Amino acid sequence: MQFQFDSFASFIAMNGHGPYVWVSYVVALLVLVALVVQPLLRQRQLRRDFGRQMRQEEARRRTAEERQPQPEPTTAS
Amino acid sequence: MRAESVKQYSGAGESNLGAEGAAAPLRVAGFYTLFRTELTLAVRRRSDIVNPLLFFVTVLAMMPLGIGPEPEMLARMAAGLIWVMALLATLLSQESLFRGDYEDGSLEQLALQPQPLYFPVLAKVLVHWLVTGLPLALLSPLLGMMLNLGEAGYWPLFVSLALGTASLSLIGAVGAALTVALRRPGLLLALIIMPLYVPVLIFGTGTVQAALDGYSYGPQMAILGAILAAAAALAPLAAAGAIRISLEN
Amino acid sequence: MSWQWFHRLGSPRWFYQKTSAWLPWLGAASVLLLSVGIVWGLGFAPQDAKQGNSYRIIYIHVPAAFLALAGYYIMAFCGAIGLIWKMKLSFVVMRAAAPIGAALTFISLFTGAIWGKPTWGTYWVWDARITSMLILFFLYLGVMALSGAFSREQSGDKASALLALVGTVNIPIIYKSVDWWFTLHQPATLKLTEASTIDPSMFYPLITMIAGFYLFYAWVLTLHTRSLILQREWRTQWVRELFAPAARA
Repeated sequence: MQFQFDSFASFIAMNGHGPYVWVSYVVALLVLVALVVQPLLRQRQLRRDFGRQMRQEEARRRTAEERQPQPEPTTAS
Repeated sequence: MRAESVKQYSGAGESNLGAEGAAAPLRVAGFYTLFRTELTLAVRRRSDIVNPLLFFVTVLAMMPLGIGPEPEMLARMAAGLIWVMALLATLLSQESLFRGDYEDGSLEQLALQPQPLYFPVLAKVLVHWLVTGLPLALLSPLLGMMLNLGEAGYWPLFVSLALGTASLSLIGAVGAALTVALRRPGLLLALIIMPLYVPVLIFGTGTVQAALDGYSYGPQMAILGAILAAAAALAPLAAAGAIRISLEN
Repeated sequence: MSWQWFHRLGSPRWFYQKTSAWLPWLGAASVLLLSVGIVWGLGFAPQDAKQGNSYRIIYIHVPAAFLALAGYYIMAFCGAIGLIWKMKLSFVVMRAAAPIGAALTFISLFTGAIWGKPTWGTYWVWDARITSMLILFFLYLGVMALSGAFSREQSGDKASALLALVGTVNIPIIYKSVDWWFTLHQPATLKLTEASTIDPSMFYPLITMIAGFYLFYAWVLTLHTRSLILQREWRTQWVRELFAPAARA
């Protein structure tokens, strides 16, 4: 088994078929990468939304406690 | 008009339950009553019959304007054009197949009855075919003539459309049942059902093409018949399941 | 032997926790195999005698087409399990599989079209397999559109599972009919000669790529399923516990 092309330039050119081969590979790889990245981004978004909501709840609870100082033992959520 | 149909559904169910106890005659009798009711309603709502036909004829009249009036070219494309338009006309009329019954609650009533939904669905599809598919098939030789279809193609065109639109109605009923709970299902229905129409379209036009080329069109016709038999056995089952899913929504 | 594992398998929480350990391995293995396959296929596999270097597209095209078709069956199978055993997780997997399958179908269509230009002289040919692939693409889009159309999640799950099942029954019929249609219409100038034997030096990289795509599919399907699980179970205790440390920081 050996490398089939003499030079890097001929590897890119692929005897004139280069554009077809490279476009297919690049587009296919882009789609594959998008398939991996999309759920990861979605998870990060979910985490961020969750954090925001947590902070809002926390703030709301704190203001409620300030108005009504009752030491209520709440379990950490 | 719809309220009256609701009464008839439940009336038929009750009287049958009282008179005959056996399951099988009850199903068949329920089928017949429902079929008669549906047919009466469909005939009364004349636009349901006329609109798909008008669509069929109008769009086909547009075709020569779009692609040019050369007789040879029209002759070559006639079978395919007529078949595609018949497919679209069936598809467009399918949206309302269960809609009225869903909105006035009679679909729910049907689903609550002890009989399986298979026969009511079959009855509704049969009526749908009688008021859309069959008239389309009857009208098709006229359009074939206008589009310069060879004379050998008239009879195969009619028979293949009559058989094929029945399959289309059955397959489309699954899509109509899946989308009945959605507010505006028109385009979605087309998207989910079109791919399933492909075999019918291929063998439908294949039948006409074979006849035009002077071959025997028996095999293609037999396959259309086989598709129809399979669709009649399976599609109402799938549609019944889809109705139950839609009613839960 | 109890059925406990089966019920545990249906729990999204169990799935999420179990797969956390597998994910890096799956990802690493698939990236490794794909990299080896791509380098091998692009640089080290010999040129094709007839097609020159353009044939190297096969190393993307064929594995993607494989997985596109297998993915539809995986999706429909998960939908069937969900419908039969009312398993929450399998509906989630089904939903996750739809966009992945559509993306792979797109890859195989796109690379096929690009490959067609140097080989047949045009980007698009209504060849039997390309046409079937296109219809498969539409089937995927239909399932995706239907599952997103319902406001109630469970209805969307069940409806799209039923549609996927109906599609599964139809795929072999569609393939056969498109095949028949193509032999009928095949123009004489366009001979798609089939390389029935493929040299081992070209075949091994192909096998590597196919294995790589299978692993990649498993990896991505798990990733998508996990993010869908989090999205659905957002309000449950275990997701709160999972997210809490990050939220406090």
